[in-house]
Amino acid sequence: MGVITTINLHKTYHETKIPVKAVNGIDISFSEGEFTAIVGPSGSGKTTFLNLIGGLDVPTEGEVFINGTNITTLSSKQLIDFRLHNIGFVFQSYNLIPVLTARENIEFIMLLQRVPRAERERRTVELLRAVGLEDKIDERPGDLSGGQQQRVSVARALASKPRFILADEPTANLDSKSTENLLDIMERLNHEEKITFIFSTHDARVVNKAHRIITIEDGKVISDKTSPPDPPLLRKKKGIRG
Amino acid sequence: MIWSIAWRNVWRNKLRSFIILCAVAIGLFGTLFIIALDKGMVVQREEAAINTEISHIQIHNPLFLQDNSIKYDIPDATAKVKDIEKVEGVKAVTARLVVTAMASTATTGTGVTIIGINPDMEKKVTKLHEDVIEGSYFDKESRTPQIVVGEKLATKLGARLGSKIVLTLTNTQGVLTYALFRVGGIYKTSNTMYNEANAFVRTSDLAPLLGFNTENATEIAVLLDNTGETDRITDLLKNEFKDLSVQSWKTIQPMLVTLSAIMDEFSYLMMIIILIAMAFGIINTMLMAILERVREIGMLMAVGMNRRRVAIMITLETVFLSVTGAVIGMAVSYVTIRLTGTHGLNFAAVAQGFEAYGNSALIYPMLNRLDYIVLFVLVIMTALISSVYPVHKALRFKPAEAIRTDT
Repeated sequence: MGVITTINLHKTYHETKIPVKAVNGIDISFSEGEFTAIVGPSGSGKTTFLNLIGGLDVPTEGEVFINGTNITTLSSKQLIDFRLHNIGFVFQSYNLIPVLTARENIEFIMLLQRVPRAERERRTVELLRAVGLEDKIDERPGDLSGGQQQRVSVARALASKPRFILADEPTANLDSKSTENLLDIMERLNHEEKITFIFSTHDARVVNKAHRIITIEDGKVISDKTSPPDPPLLRKKKGIRG
Repeated sequence: MIWSIAWRNVWRNKLRSFIILCAVAIGLFGTLFIIALDKGMVVQREEAAINTEISHIQIHNPLFLQDNSIKYDIPDATAKVKDIEKVEGVKAVTARLVVTAMASTATTGTGVTIIGINPDMEKKVTKLHEDVIEGSYFDKESRTPQIVVGEKLATKLGARLGSKIVLTLTNTQGVLTYALFRVGGIYKTSNTMYNEANAFVRTSDLAPLLGFNTENATEIAVLLDNTGETDRITDLLKNEFKDLSVQSWKTIQPMLVTLSAIMDEFSYLMMIIILIAMAFGIINTMLMAILERVREIGMLMAVGMNRRRVAIMITLETVFLSVTGAVIGMAVSYVTIRLTGTHGLNFAAVAQGFEAYGNSALIYPMLNRLDYIVLFVLVIMTALISSVYPVHKALRFKPAEAIRTDT
């Protein structure tokens, strides 16, 4: 069993007259240190799948095991605590707290974990240095560029020392340079810290860096390829958007 | 850090926060000032009644209260006055000879209450001498006995300073007797009814006319050091003088006590109304603040902020918003009440109306420290109650949906 394993995972939404099967029976495993991209057209179920394995949403059927814990059996309170200590999130819209500085946005997570002050401060500086923003430590999100905000967001995701990071289209709002920069940072963290990264993405540049590419369509995994990744030209022919 | 986030969140939308802060501050200022005005009026009326008209405690022969006849007197009043003066908490005591009479001038006549006093002792008990606007309060000697009348009575009788007034009285034998007095002073208190009905003469002038023993009196008035001691000393004197009627100002003028109680209830009612209005404003503002931050709150829940902490954060925001407005409102109220409480607020345009009810048109608003504390506690409670719905709303957000919304 991998770090993350899903068994017969289903998620059906009943918000319209016709039920929508966003995730339709996914059985998959992720190992430690993977750098995985989940691709597929819009509405294919990528985000729903990430939400399910991140414990943000509850499956209609099936199970999600993270390091041997079946998170589908956890109570809402236990799940929040589990997420705090095991999972890092990077969102498409950065979702930093605008009234806090870069330092405070990162420290905040450790504060929730009750990390002692001295360690919090040391680690915050360390993380901002790791994402190349040590000079922006006291800047608020509104004073940072999109790329810089997303790097703070990565640092925040790392603050809780998670086993893996789930990133939902992290480069969707970034320009090429910022995307390259962000991917380099994440690749380095993956290589040096052995942190597992799982992305949902439409971005070919992200896919290029991935060691494993999982394609989802209509809530099902239709392909699961490990490295070496396909060259971009071939990927375009296969209809993967980038 | 939750405190810090909550405080900073209050100032995210400065204009919106400023508007609700102004609403809270102005609402509380208005409420506090009206309460202070009412309280000032009631306290002034109480003080005027105690210091000028009735004192804290009055002692009578029980039958005098039914008949008002001088035959129902207090024997050995002079000795009793000396005994009462020794009681701890008693500031001053005086004996009076109170009698009803017909006061006549060359043009007209009217029924009045004549109060025979010892001016030196009376000055220690009542402040009426401070309200003399013409002439003096028995300071000058004259061959003709002096009478000090209220301005309203003087006007009614067509009398001026130095005018002659003939009093028609019934003596202890039940025989009508007449005496000439000259107006030596005219007083004016804030109570026009009192001014019209009461005139003062020296007991030493009045008693011989009536054949009344000057060692006796029909009324003993007691002034205390502290109004709060009234009940204790009244009970003590009741025990001491079991055959006499000992009444506190609360019994003599129950209207004053009722007025004070009504004003207290009115104050609380006003506070509650304004706090309810404030609560709706705050709930509205907080709901707007929450619905503008759906994605952010979803993110906080996603990254591991539990429901309790989310609830605390929103509650703190609500409390900060309310308390900031309350502090501003209370500070402005404090300064305004202190200023007007020192210099007074003159309602000269409606003075006659005020004076008809025994109130001065110059009102000194006042508010106790306790009133501020009570209101502050109520504001915090209102904020806590107001936060319930916004908190409930925020806790219903589902992180997976919330982080993908546009707000």
